[in-house]
Amino acid sequence: MSDLLRLATAGSVDDGKSTLVGRLLFDTKSVLADQIDAVTRASVDRGLSTPDLSLLVDGLRAEREQGITIDVAYRYFATPRRTFVLADTPGHVQYTRNTVSGASTAQLVILLVDARKGVIEQTRRHAAVMALLGVPRLVLAVNKIDLVDDAAGVFAEIAAEFTELTTRLGWAPEDVVEIPVSALHGDNVASRSENTPFYDGPSLIEYLESVPVDADSSGPHQVGLRFPVQYVIRPRTAEHPDYRGYAGQVAAGAVSKGDEVVVLPSGIRSTIERIDTPDGELATAQPGRSVTLILTDDVDISRGDIIASAIDAPEPLDSFDATVCWLGDKPLRPGARLLLKHGTRTTQAIVGALLERFDEQNLAADPDPESLALNDIGRVSVRVADPVVADDYRVNRHTGSFLLIDPSGGNTLAAGLVGDVLTAVEVGTEAGS
Amino acid sequence: MSTPVTETESAILASLEDFDTLAALESEAIHIFREVAGEFERPVILFSGGKDSTVLLHLALKAFWPAPLPFAVLHVDTGHNLPEVLEFRDRVVEKYGLRLHVAAVEQYLADGRLTERADGIRNPLQTVPLLDAIADNRFDAVFGGGRRDEERSRAKERIFSLRDAFGRWDPKRQRPELWNLYNGRHAPGEHVRVFPLSNWTELDIWRYIARENIDLATIYYAHERPVYQRDGMWMTPGSWGGPRDDEELVVKSVRYRTVGDGSTTGAILSTAATNEDILAEVAASRLTERGATRGDDRVSEAAMEDRKREGYF
Repeated sequence: MSDLLRLATAGSVDDGKSTLVGRLLFDTKSVLADQIDAVTRASVDRGLSTPDLSLLVDGLRAEREQGITIDVAYRYFATPRRTFVLADTPGHVQYTRNTVSGASTAQLVILLVDARKGVIEQTRRHAAVMALLGVPRLVLAVNKIDLVDDAAGVFAEIAAEFTELTTRLGWAPEDVVEIPVSALHGDNVASRSENTPFYDGPSLIEYLESVPVDADSSGPHQVGLRFPVQYVIRPRTAEHPDYRGYAGQVAAGAVSKGDEVVVLPSGIRSTIERIDTPDGELATAQPGRSVTLILTDDVDISRGDIIASAIDAPEPLDSFDATVCWLGDKPLRPGARLLLKHGTRTTQAIVGALLERFDEQNLAADPDPESLALNDIGRVSVRVADPVVADDYRVNRHTGSFLLIDPSGGNTLAAGLVGDVLTAVEVGTEAGS
Repeated sequence: MSTPVTETESAILASLEDFDTLAALESEAIHIFREVAGEFERPVILFSGGKDSTVLLHLALKAFWPAPLPFAVLHVDTGHNLPEVLEFRDRVVEKYGLRLHVAAVEQYLADGRLTERADGIRNPLQTVPLLDAIADNRFDAVFGGGRRDEERSRAKERIFSLRDAFGRWDPKRQRPELWNLYNGRHAPGEHVRVFPLSNWTELDIWRYIARENIDLATIYYAHERPVYQRDGMWMTPGSWGGPRDDEELVVKSVRYRTVGDGSTTGAILSTAATNEDILAEVAASRLTERGATRGDDRVSEAAMEDRKREGYF
């Protein structure tokens, strides 16, 4: 099984996120001597007496000038037990779109709060975004625990509030943990600290090393094969005159030699003759694996089609409801004509009605909004020119997600989630309160 | 909800065990190559003869196997290459029947479009020939072997990185990159830099080279070579100048960790002659590859960011 964990950080400004990431890199010995030297030199230049670990990660000129993180950055660290890819996302409200980017592929998110401030509006906003995106697990790092009197009481209070929030948002208690840390001093980051006798759980790194990782992080539910065709491989060489393979990455389910499949949206049925890779044939390929499928029949398939298991093939949709996180600078209004990219298919789309706007402060929905502004999350109805073969986002993150793209400028305007994801979060709200 | 369609549970379990970190990184890179092939008109792969671009090429060949590579390769030649690197480049081009474009800094110096810098370092001079080659050939997607673990501003780089008509990178105006849905749309004149190795580390690269038995330029393996010391790096004598009067030429057992401009890229003292030796050496090293051997990244805190803003990789 893959020993790779993809995680993201989130938190508000000045809660010490960059310092925590710097500390994770430092304590896992992922920072090498020349990088430490550079940070030490820069810290001395700024008049600091100890190295500022946040300088390990805030790499852009503007970030160092302002002392904040602007853009999502990717960090790599490893322990003997696991390799980590960490998306370090900024906390400023104006950069929520980067938080969404970082969390869209995360199997786990570390949310930070400052122990002196506790759970604040930005924590709630981020937790709500994580719930929508279906992030499987959360860690709340209660940072600067060394700066509060009665650390035990403060930690217990924050942990209880966070547990209540995440339960309302739909997480099971075993998928959420709270850890008191001091990123500055390293308490409970790599090893358990004697300064927090009230806490008997794992250190942050111990938890990250041992938390179960589903090989398929795409969703909690099992569906049959979903294989978006990326590219048709036709060598037309002397050696392979008749080769016709459908190249792609397994998005959900698994595929095995001999499986009955259906090609969507055409509905043509066939059978998997073999699963090709340059290293030889595979008997089975699971999600995440890039392979080339050979079918027993000579059927017309092109980029954008989906090969799905015949048993539970999804219906191609001409229109559907979706939750969107609006990332564009100009607001979304009803009737907007955009491009929609789902899997390997890009098609024209019209956003019909704006059904709801989600208020991240009290987790309530505002019906029938006039527009969705930057960072707003809402529910919309979408009509597409070519049918989309999608699953509900809660069933599968890969086949349930899409982008909305500006047809003129080409910018990515929205992260889209197929189905009533927003409503599901609200239902959780009502059930818990 | 239905059960997965599979032959047997045990076949799935067996295939899960094979799908380790390197296999996941390989699949991700192959997916990226195929997305670009599916959506762009004229992609090209940057090929320097270095280990990252050699791995990049290996993955590209795998992505389209058994069909030939649907892309050309582009070498930005600073004129300061070690002969072994050029020999390797030509050998690879010959072996796979690749279409090679060369953008030569020397030509720009000869006809006056560029001027040699006072320090003789040519890495910064690569940007203009690179951007001209992209414009002249109307390349719309340019693959590079950049990894996010190399440098702090690289850590902020998207896998699909939009560049304007001047090739510039603006870190504040990057597109959000969501799930594995890459947005390659661009206006005429703009292009996209694509980094399939974004999520690889130096150690992943070496583990993969060892596992796939990938042929590399010989300078990556320990060999005896006359070298001189400058700024704490072991430099090879060449047309770029050196050794100076106060620099002594000595024969040492060395190897290169990165391939770059000969005037600013140094070798390290090493006896690591096999992939296994190198894996052990890289794992134990207390210096990053750039910190150890790349003078150009030491210029300022934001040297790489500044060059990327100008259109560099």
